[in-house]
Amino acid sequence: MTEAPPQPPRTRRKRRPRAGRRTAWLLTAPAVVVMLAVGAYPVGYAIWLSLQRYDLRFPSQRGFVGLGNYAAVLGARVFWTDLGATAVITAIAVTAELVLGFAIALTLRRGLAGRRAVHAALLLPYGIITVVAAFAWQYAATPDLSFLSGRAWLGERWSSFAVVIATEVWKTTPLAALLLLAGLAAVPEELMDTAKMDGATAWQRFRRVMLPGIRPVLLVVLLYRTLDSVRVFDTVFIQTNGANGTETVSLLAYDQLAGRLNLGLGSAVSVLLFLLSAAIALGFVWVFRADLRELYRPRPVEPDEPDPEDVW
Amino acid sequence: MRRLGWYAGSAVILLVAAVPVLWILSLSLKSPATVTDKRLWPSDPTLANYRSIAGSALFTHALLNSVGIGLITTVLAVVLATPAAYALTRLQFRGKALVLPLTLAIAVFPPVAIVGPLFDLWRALRLYDTWPGLVIPYLSFSVPLAMWTLAAAFRGVPWEMAEAAQADGATPWQSFRRVVLPLARPGMITAAILVFFFAWNDFVFAISLTSSDRSRTVPAALAFFPGDAQFAQPVGSIAAAAVVVTVPVLVAALVFQRRLVAGLTAGVVTR
Repeated sequence: MTEAPPQPPRTRRKRRPRAGRRTAWLLTAPAVVVMLAVGAYPVGYAIWLSLQRYDLRFPSQRGFVGLGNYAAVLGARVFWTDLGATAVITAIAVTAELVLGFAIALTLRRGLAGRRAVHAALLLPYGIITVVAAFAWQYAATPDLSFLSGRAWLGERWSSFAVVIATEVWKTTPLAALLLLAGLAAVPEELMDTAKMDGATAWQRFRRVMLPGIRPVLLVVLLYRTLDSVRVFDTVFIQTNGANGTETVSLLAYDQLAGRLNLGLGSAVSVLLFLLSAAIALGFVWVFRADLRELYRPRPVEPDEPDPEDVW
Repeated sequence: MRRLGWYAGSAVILLVAAVPVLWILSLSLKSPATVTDKRLWPSDPTLANYRSIAGSALFTHALLNSVGIGLITTVLAVVLATPAAYALTRLQFRGKALVLPLTLAIAVFPPVAIVGPLFDLWRALRLYDTWPGLVIPYLSFSVPLAMWTLAAAFRGVPWEMAEAAQADGATPWQSFRRVVLPLARPGMITAAILVFFFAWNDFVFAISLTSSDRSRTVPAALAFFPGDAQFAQPVGSIAAAAVVVTVPVLVAALVFQRRLVAGLTAGVVTR
């Protein structure tokens, strides 16, 4: 009988990962099952509904129509008008939020006494529910109620857009600013100083040092805000309810589904909106080669790493 | 000079952030006679609007619905997401690479995309205009959101401590419960607050999947507030209701200020 010392450790080594794998799935499964049941299943059902003629006012006419609803939606002028309105709001709002958010972040970076108050103030718009923000700005734009001006801002197209966009920008710029501020904190101060000593101009320092440093944050802010703007609903519903050519794609879908009870057409609009969002998200990941898995990787602990709460 | 610029910039930020909120507060304190006087400072402040909404079942029920539905959603989302976020950050397993895209895909889809199917299903399942009828769709957003926030929190946990506990003879469960969970608690609180904000803020589901004060939440109730006079929005009452739903959230945001900002930014700053 010869001793076989490698035997027991090997089985143990083999068994451990398998047991770990099972535990991992036991831990993950409830969340995944719920996400599939409450998220993926309704999306699948929406796709199924979008392939049918299904109007709740005429349930007997229900039937499979293939891509008929999509043809009807894509052939309707209103869809393209609403897509245009959505694009206008998204483009202007996201640009303004990035520029203003960056300006605020740069201001706060050189924080002096009282920056606590400014941080608190930034949470004000963020903490307010969108519907309330929409009412606040609607009243500010109503001649009888406003302290601003006697103009009926919500009476015509471009000024209506201005009010909607102002509301969106007011509500979400603080979040962009806080995220960018956190990103700026990750840009090493010494690197900026070194660049300055080496004679780099402010613009060069911005281009070569700061921008690469905050690139990941910039991408997250841009992606998150674009997706959010593309589905803009609350503000428009409260302030104009789609009047003056401000109807967005979300509003069109809601109108078909809840207003006209046409589940087939409404679902087709929803699925198109979903495809648009997915395309934007995938486009971002592809164009910028963003590796989102990075966010789930354990972070190496560095002894001199600043406490994230000390960042501000 | 720099200093001056900083103070000027900060003053502008404070002003822009605060004025619309103060405007709503001011409107809520005005009587119908002075509501159109365009003054920021109410000349004749009155609590009549607050008394009127406190006496309206429409509003008090909506407030109760918002709190109840928000709390249930928060508890369920955090309980479901905590083990999943732990497994995703800490363990290797087959299929892990599929979970993240699924989480992201669900997090990015527009709510209005599932309003139609849910409306149809909820009528068949008798979930239309009920609390579960809103909690279930809220989970579709809050579970990914909580997983995201919690994964960021778990990434910051010093795992050597958990390993040391296990080396000292603790079972994996004991080390998780005694060492990891307490360390991750701040992240869990952040996740809970964010999820509650989300549920408290939702509008699309609230107006599409409810029809009465049985389950209608505050944002939906605000949008459908009946006017005293036809064609006239009850500005004072809406403003008062808006203040009431804003104050608790703002207090929470200010109390948990640092934690909230750390949580909002944790997933973003990778290094």
